[in-house]
Amino acid sequence: MQEPTPQNDHSAPLQPLTVKIIGVGGAGSNAVAGMLRSDLGVLSALILHTNSRILTLETNAQKLVLGSRRTHGMGTGGDPEIGRAAAEDQEEMLRQFCKDADLIFIVAGLGGGTGSGSAPVVARFAKDAGALTLAVVTLPFDFEGNRRAQQSQVGLLKLKSSADAVICLPNQKLFRLLDENTPVNDTFNFSNDLMTQGVRGIWQMLNRTGLINVDFAHLRSVVQDRHTESMFASVEARGEGRVREVVERLVASPLLDEGRVLEEASDVLVSLIGGSDLTLADVNKIMDQLNRRVCEGQLILGTAIDPALHGTIRLTIIASRPTPGISHNQPANHSRSSTMEMGKSDFEAPFFDEPTVLLSQSRFKGPPPETTPENTEFLFQQQNARGGHARKKSGVKMKQELLNLEIISKGRFEKSEPTIHHGEDIDVPTYIRRGIVLN
Amino acid sequence: MFETTPIIVGLDIGTSKICAVVGEISDSGSLNIVGVGQSKSRGVRKGEVVDASIVGEDIRHAIGEAEQMADTEIRSVYLGVTGGHIRGFNNRGFHPVASQDREITEDDVQDVIKNARAINLPTENKVLHIIRQHFLVDGQDGIVNPVGMLGTRVEVDIHVVHGNFNRLQTPIHAVKGLQLEIEDVVFSGLASSLALLNNHQKEMGSIVIDMGAGTTEYAVYSNGIIKHTGIIAVGGDHLSNDLAYGLKVPLGRAEQLKIEHGSALVEPEIRGHTLTLTNDHGIAEKTINLEHLRRIMSLRLDEIFQLIANELDQADLLNDVREGVFLTGGCARIPNIQKLANQVFHLPVSIGKTNSISGLKSALDQPEFAAAIGLVRFGSFETRKRLQEKPGFQSTLTQTIKQIFRRS
Ligand SMILES: Nc1nc2c(ncn2[C@@H]2O[C@H](COP(=O)(O)OP(=O)(O)OP(=O)(O)O)[C@@H](O)[C@H]2O)c(=O)[nH]1
Ligand SMILES: Nc1ncnc2c1ncn2[C@@H]1O[C@H](COP(=O)(O)OP(=O)(O)OP(=O)(O)O)[C@@H](O)[C@H]1O
Ligand SMILES: [Mg+2]
Ligand SMILES: [Mg+2]
Repeated sequence: MQEPTPQNDHSAPLQPLTVKIIGVGGAGSNAVAGMLRSDLGVLSALILHTNSRILTLETNAQKLVLGSRRTHGMGTGGDPEIGRAAAEDQEEMLRQFCKDADLIFIVAGLGGGTGSGSAPVVARFAKDAGALTLAVVTLPFDFEGNRRAQQSQVGLLKLKSSADAVICLPNQKLFRLLDENTPVNDTFNFSNDLMTQGVRGIWQMLNRTGLINVDFAHLRSVVQDRHTESMFASVEARGEGRVREVVERLVASPLLDEGRVLEEASDVLVSLIGGSDLTLADVNKIMDQLNRRVCEGQLILGTAIDPALHGTIRLTIIASRPTPGISHNQPANHSRSSTMEMGKSDFEAPFFDEPTVLLSQSRFKGPPPETTPENTEFLFQQQNARGGHARKKSGVKMKQELLNLEIISKGRFEKSEPTIHHGEDIDVPTYIRRGIVLN
Repeated sequence: MFETTPIIVGLDIGTSKICAVVGEISDSGSLNIVGVGQSKSRGVRKGEVVDASIVGEDIRHAIGEAEQMADTEIRSVYLGVTGGHIRGFNNRGFHPVASQDREITEDDVQDVIKNARAINLPTENKVLHIIRQHFLVDGQDGIVNPVGMLGTRVEVDIHVVHGNFNRLQTPIHAVKGLQLEIEDVVFSGLASSLALLNNHQKEMGSIVIDMGAGTTEYAVYSNGIIKHTGIIAVGGDHLSNDLAYGLKVPLGRAEQLKIEHGSALVEPEIRGHTLTLTNDHGIAEKTINLEHLRRIMSLRLDEIFQLIANELDQADLLNDVREGVFLTGGCARIPNIQKLANQVFHLPVSIGKTNSISGLKSALDQPEFAAAIGLVRFGSFETRKRLQEKPGFQSTLTQTIKQIFRRS
C-alpha cells in the first residue's frame, strides 16, 4: 500500500513564487509590453505572435514568432485554426518556458486568429507544467463584427477548459468608461491598462510584501481547476476621501455591471494596495463595504504596501461566477489533456496537477519531534488494544486494514506524542476506529 | 508614566501559522487593532513547538511584518500557549467568617480566595490562570461581591488552567530568544473566547470552539462567568492525515482535497461522484470517491464534537448554554460544519465574529485570527487594570508616608 508520507519539503516555504507572463497575439503582446514598462516588478515574460511585427516592439520580454513556416510571419489572416497549429508547432519551446513556474498569466485579445487559437494551447502547456494558469483576456467590441465575436466565444470556451480561470474584460463595456469620441487606439491602450491592473493586482497580492498575505494555496483553492469565467475591475482613489471613493468607484464600474457581479459572485478575490499610509482601519472599512455587497460569496483579501502609492488606494477585484452545484465530475473519465471540444460545461472536472513546487506553499511544514522508545512502546500497546476492539465491530474486512495500521495510519503524527483520549489513540483515523469500510 | 499610547501585542504560535496582532488603546480607552503580521509555522505540531530554531525564524517574520504595518517597534508580547498537556478545572475555597458581627469583610474575601488557590498540583505542573467565578455565602450561589453581606461561611469558586512546566517553557524560550519580553502567558482557548464573545453572550451561556490545524480548544461561559476550558490535540491536520490514509494520496494532496472538496456532512446527492487526479503529464492517475472523502472528514469532525459535548454534558454545563456554539479557527471554514455541530450539540451554532473590537471589523474577522486577537484583548484588560490600579497604588503610598510621619 502506498504510504502517505508527510511532505518533507518544509525547508522551502518561504521561497518566492515564480511568476511568468505570456502575451499572445497582437493585443496580448502590446498589453504585456505595456505591463513590463509599468512597475510590475521582476517576472519573466514572453510575447508571441504569428506576425513578425512584434519583433519591432520595444520591450524586455522574450519574443517568439509563431509558425513562421506556416505563416511566413504574416499573421493568421484571422483564422484561429492557424493560430492553434502555429502554437502546437512550437510545443517544445513553449513548454520549456513554462517550466518551474508557480503561476503563469496568459494575456490575449480574443477575436483574432492568434489570441483565440494559440492562447488555449499555451494555457494547456502552462497547466501541464504544473503552474496555476490564469488567463486575462479581452473580448471584442461590438463594432468589430460577428465573426470576431463568434471566434472570441469559441476561444473563451477553449481557454476556460484549459486554463484554471479566465478573467474577462469585455471591451464593449469600456465604452461606458470612456468618452464616446475616444480614438480606437486610445481605447485599446485603455484596455491594455486595465489588463495590466488585473495582473498587477493579483501579482502584488501574492507578493510577500503584503500586510495580509493571500496564501498562494488560497488563491489556488479559489481558482484552480474551476475553469470559471471571472470578471474583474480595478479602481484607484486618491486623497482625503479615498476610502469611500474607491468603493464607490468599484461598485459603479460597468465591468462589474454596477455591482451586480459582486452580488452574484461565488468567490471574490480582493487586492488592496496602498502607500505606507494605508491603515488597517482603511482596509477594514473597505472590506466592510464589500462584505455588504457580496451576498453569498467568500471574500479573500490580500493587501500590500507600495510606497509609491502614498495617498492612494488601489482596489482590484476578481469575482468568479457561481458554480452551479458541486464542481466535480460524475463520470470520472475526463482527461485534462484531451482536446477541448466545444459545448462542455463551464465547470469541468477538477483535475489536479502534482503540486510539487506548490506543496511548499501548503500548510504542511515542520520536522516532527523525535519519538522516545517509551512512546513507541506505548503507541504499539494502544494500537493493539484498539485492534481487538475494532475487529469485533466489523469482522474480517477490517483485519487487513489493521495490519497496516502500525505503518501507515499515524502518518503525520508518527513522531509526535500520541493524542490519547480515554485510553484510545485518536490520531488513528476515526473511520478506522469506528470500523467503517470504504469501498 | 509618559508613554503615549500603550501598544499591546498578541502572539499566537499556531500549528499552521504564526500570527502577531498589534493593538493600541486610544485616548478614549477603546482598543484598536493597528497591525497584523503572519508567517507560516514550520516547527509546530499539535500546538507545541518541536523545532525551536525554525519557530524562532517564523516568529521573527510575523513580528517584523506586524511592526511594519503598525509602524512601531515591538518589545513585548502576550503569548498564547496550547497543547494536549493543558487542563482546566474548577476548585472551591472555603473560609469561616471571622468577625463578631458576621459581616463579610475584604479580608475574608482575600482569605477565601487564598484558600481556593491552594491547589495540589504535581510539581512538574504550572498554573496558567486562576479566574474567579463567583462567591457563595452560607451556601447561596452566584454572588459577585460578598463584602458587606452577613454570613457564617463564605466560599469561592475559581477556574484553574494549568499545564506541564517544561512544555510551557518551549514557546517561552523561543520568544525570549528573540529578545522579546513576555507580558503574560495565556491559554489560547481562553484567548479565542475573549475575541468572540461579548458580555451578553457570556451571560446567556456560550461555547467557543477553536479548531485549528493541530488542536481544538474550547471554553464555556454562562451567567457571565467562565465555567470550563479544555483542549483536544486534534485538528485540521488530522482531517488531512485521515484523508491521506483513507484515499491513499500523499499528505499534501490530501490537504488540498480537504480544502477544495471537503465538507462536514455527506450529502446524499454526492453518491457516486468522483474526482479525477492527474499526474504531471495530464494522465489520469487516480480516481477519488467524493463520498469517501466527505465521510472520512465527517466522521472525524463528528467525533471531535462528540468528545467535547460528552465532556460538557458530564460537567452538566450544556443546559446553561442558551446562546449557542461559536466556531472559530481555520476549520470553521469547512462547509456544513455548523450543521454538523448543531446535530451534535442540539444548540444554535454560528461562526464566531471578532466584530467586537474596532479597527478590524471585517478585514481581520477571519477564523484563523481569533486567538491572536483574543490575546490583544486579554492584554487590554490587563493594561486597563494596571492603569486603574495606579491611583490606588498612589493612595496606599501616601498612606504609608502618612503612617511614617505619624510614627515620627
Ligand atoms: N487591449 C487591446 N485589445 C486589442 C488590441 N488590438 C486588438 N485588440 C482586441 O483584441 C482582438 C484580437 O486582436 P489581435 O490581438 O490583434 O489579434 P490576434 O490574436 O493577434 O490575431 P490575428 O492578428 O488575427 O492573428 C481584437 O478583436 C480587439 O478586440 C490592443 O492593442 N489592445
Ligand atoms: N476551507 C477550508 N476547509 C477545510 N479546512 C480548512 C479550510 N481553511 C483552513 N482550513 C484548515 O484550518 C487549519 C488552520 O487553522 P488555524 O490557522 O486556525 O490553525 P492554527 O492556529 O495554525 O493551529 P492550532 O491552533 O491548532 O495550533 C488547517 O488545518 C487548514 O487546513
Ligand atoms: Mg490556532
Ligand atoms: Mg488551536
